[in-house]
Amino acid sequence: MVEVRKNILKQNDVVARELRSEFRRSNVFVVSLVSSPGSGKTTFLEKILTLLRPAYRVAALVGDLATENDAQRLARSGAPVKQITTGTLCHLEAAMVRNALQTWDLAQLDFLFIENVGNLVCPSSYDLGENMRLVLTSVTEGEDKPLKYPTIFHSADVALLTKMDLSHAVEFDEPTALANIQAVRPGMQVLQVSAKTGLGMKEFIDFLGSSRAGVREMTQSMVFAVITLKTWADHHVDTLSK
Amino acid sequence: MSLVDLACQEAERVRGRVIALHIKVGPLSGVFKDALLSCYEMASHDTSLQGSQLMIEDMPIVIYCPQCRAERTVGSMQRFCCPVCSAPASQIVRGKELELVSLELES
Repeated sequence: MVEVRKNILKQNDVVARELRSEFRRSNVFVVSLVSSPGSGKTTFLEKILTLLRPAYRVAALVGDLATENDAQRLARSGAPVKQITTGTLCHLEAAMVRNALQTWDLAQLDFLFIENVGNLVCPSSYDLGENMRLVLTSVTEGEDKPLKYPTIFHSADVALLTKMDLSHAVEFDEPTALANIQAVRPGMQVLQVSAKTGLGMKEFIDFLGSSRAGVREMTQSMVFAVITLKTWADHHVDTLSK
Repeated sequence: MSLVDLACQEAERVRGRVIALHIKVGPLSGVFKDALLSCYEMASHDTSLQGSQLMIEDMPIVIYCPQCRAERTVGSMQRFCCPVCSAPASQIVRGKELELVSLELES
């Protein structure tokens, strides 16, 4: 018996790691969206792209098994959009994102959105190098999606309750839904939105803006810390060599 | 595939014929045990691992309870709460692992 004790890094993780550093270098904030089919990712994203466009440079990638319908819908916002058709694959992988981005200059973007294939299972295992992953669940889907698909809630950073305008009509039990999210992921931030009425959209835009600013600030302070450390090290090397 | 690659590299390093791989898989690793077992045979075909067995050790989900200030094992992925004091706990200590622990060589 020979001891190894090494993490098995999935091939996807290697590509995702490369993407993440490229995103950081280009100063683009990347947000991905996951949910079940029909929970409102495209409608929500179309609105978000439209609302962000005056102040920010935005673009989107959208994954589907077939059709270019979603790309056409998102393009109505005026933002550059690219469709990734996955054929029979039920999720996006980091390599697909990398390929789709080849012709785009990321440094010209402030925000890049990646809409995953509608699926609450497989996307949870595939890191796309994003800064923030949103999991959307619509009020029409009921309250127990978090309990049924806990791993997707674990892989995401923020949960969005969508189609809030319908909550009364479908007798959505909001406290139970919120409790279920907190049960699988204590402390998870939850935002309630309706792309149709605009409820919570302004708050979400502000949230995106401050998240992006937070990352930039962190990167800048990291650069500062490295420079300080280097100056200190150089100084000490000088002192030592004397 | 990367499991097979990693194990092949290690087997080459120790210059032995591998009869079994021992790995640890946590419920939050995103890897489904049965699927991994069924692909292993295909993935190891025509490599130095062909014919070896994949031994999977299931790992528990362990969280850190801020209330008890202790590590606790949770029984369900649906409830990230301390089993002792019921406080919600989101700090995961174990459960995400996907680790090659050891290689069993032919003696």
